[in-house]
Order: sequence, then C-alpha cells, then structure tokens
Amino acid sequence: MQSFTYERAASAEQAAAAVADRPDAKFISGGTNLLDLMKLEIERPAHLVDVSRLPLNRIEETAEGGLRIGAQVRNSDLAADQRVRSRYPMLSQALLAGASGQIRNKASTSGNLLQRTRCPYFYDRNMPCNKREPGAGCAAFQGFNRMHAVLGASEACIAVHPSDMAVAMSGLDARIETISPGGETRTIPIGDFHRLPGAMPHVETVLGHGEMIAAVTLPLPPPGRQVYRKVRDRASYAFALVSVAAIVEKSGDRVQSARIAMGGVAAKPWRATEAERMLAGAAASNGAFTDAAEAALDGAIGHGGNDFKIPLAKRTMRHTLAAAVESA
Amino acid sequence: MAKTDNRNGPTRRTVLEGGVATGVLLATGIPVGAEPADTVAAAASPTPVPTMPMSLRINAKDLAVELDPRTTLLDALRNHLGLTGSKKGCDHGQCGACTVLVDGRRINSCLTLAAMHEGDEITTVEGLAEGDQLHPVQAAFVARDGFQCGYCTPGQICSAVGMLGEARAGWPSHASADVAAASVALTDAEIRERMSGNICRCAAYPNIVAAIRDAAEEA
Ligand SMILES: Cc1cc2nc3c(=O)[nH]c(=O)nc-3n(C[C@H](O)[C@H](O)[C@H](O)COP(=O)(O)OP(=O)(O)OC[C@H]3O[C@@H](n4cnc5c(N)ncnc54)[C@H](O)[C@@H]3O)c2cc1C
Ligand code: SF4
Ligand code: FES
Ligand code: FES
Repeated sequence: MQSFTYERAASAEQAAAAVADRPDAKFISGGTNLLDLMKLEIERPAHLVDVSRLPLNRIEETAEGGLRIGAQVRNSDLAADQRVRSRYPMLSQALLAGASGQIRNKASTSGNLLQRTRCPYFYDRNMPCNKREPGAGCAAFQGFNRMHAVLGASEACIAVHPSDMAVAMSGLDARIETISPGGETRTIPIGDFHRLPGAMPHVETVLGHGEMIAAVTLPLPPPGRQVYRKVRDRASYAFALVSVAAIVEKSGDRVQSARIAMGGVAAKPWRATEAERMLAGAAASNGAFTDAAEAALDGAIGHGGNDFKIPLAKRTMRHTLAAAVESA
Repeated sequence: MAKTDNRNGPTRRTVLEGGVATGVLLATGIPVGAEPADTVAAAASPTPVPTMPMSLRINAKDLAVELDPRTTLLDALRNHLGLTGSKKGCDHGQCGACTVLVDGRRINSCLTLAAMHEGDEITTVEGLAEGDQLHPVQAAFVARDGFQCGYCTPGQICSAVGMLGEARAGWPSHASADVAAASVALTDAEIRERMSGNICRCAAYPNIVAAIRDAAEEA
C-alpha cells in the first residue's frame, strides 16, 4: 500500500473541501472496497478523508412518504430497518444477497454505490485495463469474460457494476443527494448517476472531484409486489452473474404496471424500460413475461465467456416477474 | 505491497514495519501466505515512515499506540499489540479469519484502518472469556469439536457472537422467507447463510453449525 496521510472529517462541507483541495485525496467510508484496492495499489490516494463518523447515519421519513437514507447508513442497518423491510422489501433482499454479515456491517450506502468493478483484469496490474490505465487496452474483451457485460458495453470496457443494492434502488427510482465543497447541493436520479463506459471507462459516475454523497432518497413505495432475485456461482457470498429486481402491480389478471432493473449485465444498474412499457396492461401470463424478457435483452452482445448471460437474464426475469405476480 | 515503483520508494523493511504488506501477490491477484511481520518490526529502519498517535480500546483496556496510518486494525492487533488471536487468511475481506467485534458488531479487521477506530470498543477472541470462564460460544465450539486445524476458529467464534446478537435483534437474512417478519428462527439454513463470511479450509462446517445451534439454544 502506498503511503498516505489521514484526517477525520468534522463536517460534510469540510470533508468535501478537504478532498476538493487535493487531486490525490479520496473519501473513505467503510473502507471495504477502497482499502482492498489500495492494498493492491490499484487505488493510490495520498490523503484520506474519513467520513465514516459524520452524522449522516439516519434513515428519516420524507414529506412525500418516502425515506431519506444517510450516506453513512450501513448496509446491515438499512437491510434490517423495519420500514425498509415492510415498504421496500426488495431493497432489504438485495442488500442481504450481497457480501457477508461482516462486510455489510461496515459497508456504507455511499460506498456501495461507488464500489468498483470486480473484473479480474482490473485487479491484475500485469494486464492491460482501460479502466485502471486509460488507453492501455482491455484484456477482458478477448479474455476470460464470464462475469462481464452484455448490455451498454463498449470496445474500451465490458466490465459490470457489482452492486446488488444499486439494482434495487434503480427499480425504486432512488435519487442521490450530493454536497459540493462550496456547500451547494444537487440531486441526481440514480439512472443518471453511473456512466456507461464509452471511450472513458475510468470515469464511472457524474460526480465531480470532492463532491460527496450525503443521502439517497426513496420516493413513496410504488404499488405492487417487490422481488429481488440473484443468480450466482455459490449459494452465498458471491457476486451476481445476473440479478433482477421487479415490482409488479396487478389488476385482476392483467399487469397494471411493472418496474424492472437488472444487475450483472452492464456497467450500471440496467432499467428494462421497453419491457416495462410492454407489460403495462398486458396479461399477467408467462407468454407476456417471455416477450418482455426478450425485449429487455434485445441488442445484448456476448463476448464468448459470457454468452450464457443472455438466456440466463431472460429466464431470471421471467421467473422474477412470475414470482412477483404469484405472491401478489 | 512492497513495490519498487512506490512513489515514496520505501524499502521492503519500511513497508513491513508499517505492518501492512504481509501477503505475497501472484499474477492472478490472489494473495497467498501471510508472513509474520513481528520479527522485523523491531529492527531500525533507514527511512522512518510517518506515524500518528492513536488511542485504541481493546478488550476493555485503553492502549496508546503510534502507528503508520496504513496499519489495518488486524495488523495493529497482531503486529503491534501482541494480540495474535485474530488471524490473517486472505487480507481482503474474503475469509473471515480476522473477524473482531467493534461496539458489539462483527467486522473484518483486515479491511479497516486502526486509525478509524479510535474510541471504539474493540473485542477480539482474547477478550471473550471472563477469567477462566469461557464465553458460551467458545464452550460450544469445544463441546462440539467445531474445528480441525483451528486457524479459522477465532474468526468463526467472534463472527458467531456478533451473528447471534443480530438474530436476537430480529435481523433477517438471505435465507429468511419473509424479510418483514419480526423475528427469525435460527434454523441450520439460517446459521449457514449468516456465517457464510467465515470460510473453513478444513470444512469443519457440520460441527461449527452444531456449536452455534447449541449456543443459540442456550442463550
Ligand atoms: C469479499 C467481498 C464480497 C462482496 N460481495 C458483494 C456482493 O455480493 N454484492 C455487493 O453489492 N457488494 C459486494 N461487496 C462489495 C461491498 O458491498 C462494498 O465493498 C461496499 O459496499 C463498499 O462500501 P464502503 O463504505 O466500505 O466503501 P469504501 O471502500 O469506503 O469506498 C468506496 C468508494 O466510495 C467513495 N466514497 C465513499 N463514501 C463516499 C461519499 N459519501 N461521497 C463520495 N464518495 C464516497 C470512496 O472514496 C471510494 O472510492 C463485496 C465486498 C467484498 C470485500
Ligand atoms: S473490462 Fe473494463 S475493467 Fe475489465 S479489463 Fe477491460 S477495461 Fe479493464
Ligand atoms: S483476513 Fe480478513 S477476511 Fe480474510
Ligand atoms: S478448522 Fe481449519 S480452517 Fe477451519
């Protein structure tokens, strides 16, 4: 690990200013992703600003009937919150499907959103990786790409975003609140937060340097039944090959409305907007779910090792939609 | 890691003295083998690494230490405070051997900095027993033979203590059918899921689950 200096932030504004002051500074929250990468010298900050003790660890009701989740709320506390469990159960399910009990006790809401890809070549400093070293090339493109993206990728990078939590938040239309060094705040819809790789896979979000996440807001829980389903190589403690978060509202034997987000398929949580549009008003049947899943994966591209993800994502979506309807 | 391209160019010894670089890295990115830094930590270093003073409260004792900011909580315990009960398996959050309790909550001590835990109540496996009286989870591991080589055991025991607290507080898990249910029954499936962050290379899992089941029933 490269040497660094350490300071504990006194306030959100001061933390943002302290990072903004130095191009080589970074926030540290739970540290479970950043320290992992620092040990391998993939991340090399020379100054760390510890935001883990800022009073941003509350979950509060909002005027519109939703919840405002402080950036420092731990993944385990968020998953165990009674309001989240009863009103946003797929968020609890997604959090509980991720990492381990120990990691969830440290991982913060902000750090989870900003965790970096698990592409094995990103982790291997002997291999070319455009995300780690812009312009170096992408070893995964023709390499071992079983875990990689089938949607929204580019020739420069086919990595996926590994978060489970962010997939559920995408289906729930979460909004991310930030604070900048000057104290200005802004609100970013989660769909606009992560960037697709394009030619610049090292730029992963729309955040500026020193812009700090303060909270994530969930709007009023949408009507319908919520289900999060994760498919992985082990029954526990493994990243998703594919995951689906679905909310289906039924009226009689028809779908009134549906919201669907996918994980493990792209560099960001992937909203299946075309599938949602097709399902609104359609029969709540396996046929309609199959058609929607086909539409959701329309244009998907495999790279050899991950070709299986295309049929797997379709089947997972069909089963998740069916489960949401059955339990309704 | 000790690397020659390091910006400040520390020697291998100074890095070791920081107590952080103790794994050997293969090209695959899989760290193997932890070598004890204890033996070299006392040796004089040609270019001293900057250190910072911190006070840690471990097993109900306040300790003042002066450490390189890079020092993880695990390395502080093992290499600087003589508390070698917590083990280093992977150093990357993947095995659970380093699990300790911070304010009663289980965490991986390898993925956090000592500096981040000033003022926290840290409990390691050395702090669980009361005098000669083993903690009920420790006693259950002995009674059920919940180990073979024993390397993962301190982490398993600390993790189980934290996990039982989570279950008592009604926290759901991935194995729970209904996350909104107010309480959980600790079935074997629940215990296995909740303990999945602790890997046992000897695969002593059946006896580990039995020990935790006993401890849960006793509580
Ligand atoms: C073995 C292992 C298995 C895992 N399995 C899963 C899994 O199955 N599913 C899953 O979803 N995740 C998994 N994870 C990842 C885990 O969820 C993340 O490591 C964790 O959520 C990161 O949160 P943190 O608070 O520790 O972030 P940190 O490591 O502290 O920070 C991560 C990044 O966020 C930045 N940051 C933190 N807070 C802020 C802020 N407020 N504003 C701006 N920037 C900020 C930091 O600068 C850093 O760049 C796993 C991790 C490990 C080690
Ligand atoms: S897929 Fe992205 S992260 Fe992986 S090697 Fe290619 S550029 Fe790097
Ligand atoms: S040594 Fe900390 S999890 Fe393996
Ligand atoms: S008893 Fe040997 S690793 Fe678990």
